[in-house]
Amino acid sequence: MKKLWIVLTYLVFAVLLVAPLAKMTQSAFANGWSGFVEAISRPEALHALMMTGLVVVCVTLLNGIFGIMTALYLVRGKWLGRRLRSVMNSIVDLPYAVSPVIGGLMIVLLVGPDTALGSFFAGIGFNIVYAFPGMVIATLFVTFPLMVREIMPVLEEIGDDQEQASATLGAYGWTTFRRVTWPSIRWGVAYGAVLTIARSMGEFGAVLVVSGNIINRTQTATTLVYQDVENFNIAAAGGIALLLAAFSAGLLLLMEWTKKRREVH
Amino acid sequence: MHVEVRGLDKHFGSFHAVKDVSFGIQKGHLIGLLGPSGGGKTSILRMLAGLESPDKGEIIFHGKRVNELPPQERGIGFVFQNYALFKHMTVFENIAYGLKVQKAPKAQIRDRVMELVELTGLKGFEQRYPQQLSGGQRQRVAFARALAPEPQLLLLDEPFAAIDAKIRQELRSWLRELIERVGITSIFVTHDQDEAIEVADEIMVISQGRVEQKGTPWDIYKEPATPFVASFIGESTQIEHAAKLHGFDQAAKASGTRALIRPEYVEVGRRNEFTLLSATEEGVVRHLHFRGSQWLVEVEVGDQSLITYRSLEKDALQVGDSVRVLVHRAYLYNNERSWIAENRFKADPMSVMI
Repeated sequence: MKKLWIVLTYLVFAVLLVAPLAKMTQSAFANGWSGFVEAISRPEALHALMMTGLVVVCVTLLNGIFGIMTALYLVRGKWLGRRLRSVMNSIVDLPYAVSPVIGGLMIVLLVGPDTALGSFFAGIGFNIVYAFPGMVIATLFVTFPLMVREIMPVLEEIGDDQEQASATLGAYGWTTFRRVTWPSIRWGVAYGAVLTIARSMGEFGAVLVVSGNIINRTQTATTLVYQDVENFNIAAAGGIALLLAAFSAGLLLLMEWTKKRREVH
Repeated sequence: MHVEVRGLDKHFGSFHAVKDVSFGIQKGHLIGLLGPSGGGKTSILRMLAGLESPDKGEIIFHGKRVNELPPQERGIGFVFQNYALFKHMTVFENIAYGLKVQKAPKAQIRDRVMELVELTGLKGFEQRYPQQLSGGQRQRVAFARALAPEPQLLLLDEPFAAIDAKIRQELRSWLRELIERVGITSIFVTHDQDEAIEVADEIMVISQGRVEQKGTPWDIYKEPATPFVASFIGESTQIEHAAKLHGFDQAAKASGTRALIRPEYVEVGRRNEFTLLSATEEGVVRHLHFRGSQWLVEVEVGDQSLITYRSLEKDALQVGDSVRVLVHRAYLYNNERSWIAENRFKADPMSVMI
C-alpha cells in the first residue's frame, strides 16, 4: 500500500511537472540549437523580452516601496483605527481572489481611452491603457499582496519595542527605519521581491487585457508565447517559454540558497 | 532632573488607565512605582517617556512643559521590560546607537561605550549578539544603552521581571549602586514590593490608575495611608470585627471597623513568655508551617484567625495548643477613615486583666 502511494506520487510529479518541462525543452530545440537561438532573437521576441524585463523592474521597485509602506501602516499605523486597518487588510488580498483578467478589465474601465480620466491623460500625452504604464499598473495590481504578505508577519513578530527603544535613544523615523526596522524585514522584502519578479514575469491575463498585445509595442514575453501558439509556431513558443521557465527556476534556486545562508548566520 | 506631573489622565478606549495623577520627583532620586499589574504604572512611565500621550495633564521636566516633545527630544533613557535590544547589532553597536544617532565623533563613541562596558561588567562581550547573552547580561546591555547618551532621566519598566530570582537579587543592588554613582534621576516600575523597598529612595504605590501613597519605603511600611497600601505592602491578615480584638475594643468602637494586622505586630507564646499578660488573650494554634528560618503560626482567637511568626529558638508549639496572643498594633479602617491603633493595655499597664 505504502509503495503504491510512493509510485503514485512520483507519477503525479512526473506527469504534472517533469513531462511538460521535458516536452517544452524538446519543442524548443525541435529545430536544433540554431532554431532556439532564432526563436528568441526574432525582433518581436527581443522586444517582447525587453518589455517583460522593463515591466518586471518597474513593478518590483514600485511594489518594494509601496509594499513596505503598506505593511508598515497596516501593522504600525495606530492612527488609522482598528476597523479601517482590518478593512484595508482584507482589500490587500483582493488580487488573490479576483482573476487577473478582471483586474485588467477594471483598469481599462477606469482609465481606458473612452473614459474621462483616460482621455484627460491622453490629452496631456500620457497614454495608460494599451501602453507601458497600464501594463505596469496591471502587473502591480496582480503582485501587490505578495510583498505586503511577506513583510507583515515579520513586522508583527518583531513588535515595535525595538523601534520605540530607537526613538528614546534619539533616532527619528527614517533613521529608525534604516537602522532598526530594515535589517529585520530585509529578508521578507527579498522573498517578496523574488515572488514579485517571478509572478510579474509570468503574468498574462491582466497584461493581455490592458496592453492590447501590439507586436513590437506592448507585447510581452508571455503574450508572445500565446500568439506564437495561436499561429502554430510551436517551436518558437517553446523557445521563449523555456527561457522564462529557466529564469524563474533560477530565481527559486537563488531563494532557496539565500534561505540556507540565512539559517547559517 | 526635577520631574513634575500634574493631573495626568489617560484612557485606552473605554479603559481609564490613569486617573488624575500628580507627583513631583527630586533631582537624583530613585523612585519606585509599585502596584499590581494593570494598575497604570507602565502607562505613567510611557507618558513620561513620550511613548504615549496623555489625554489631560502636564508633564514638566526642569520647569519646562514637555507634553508636546517627542521621545527623541526629552533627554530620557528607557529600559524596556524585555530589553528591546537591537537583535542584529553587537553589544558594542547597541550601546553606541544613541551616540551614533547624535553623530558623535567616532573616538568619543568608542571611549564612552568602553567606559559603560567597564561599568556594567560586560568587558569581553562587546562583539557578542544579544541572543548569545544571558538574561542578566542583556539587562546590563539595555541599561548601558540607555545611559550612553547621558540622559537626564532614566525610566525602567519592570527591569528585573524576566530574570531568575537569584540573579535578580544581585542585579538589584548592582543597579542601586550604579544609579547612585551616576547620580541620575530614575523611575522604575515594579509589582514586587521587596524590590521597591530594597531599591527605591521613595515609593509611589499605584492602584487602579491612582497614586495611593508616596513616601519613603519606611513611611509606607509604617504608616500606610489607605487600606489598599496596608494590605499590599508587607503581609497582613484582615480581621472583620476589629472591636473583638483584645485591647482594641475602644479604638475600634465605631461599627463596621475592620483591621489589617501584620504578622510582626502579633506575638504568640506560653503564659510565662509575656511580662504584660494583661495585654494578651487566649488563642488556639490551628496550623504550623515551617518557613526555613522560623515557624509560621496560624492562631485562632475567638472566631478570628491571625498569622504570626515564631522563632525557632523558642519552645516549639503544637497544633491545638492553648497559647497567649498579644496584638501590639493594628491598622484600623472603616468607611470614613483609617488609622493605626496600639493595644491599649500595653500603653496602660495599670489595667487589670478581666
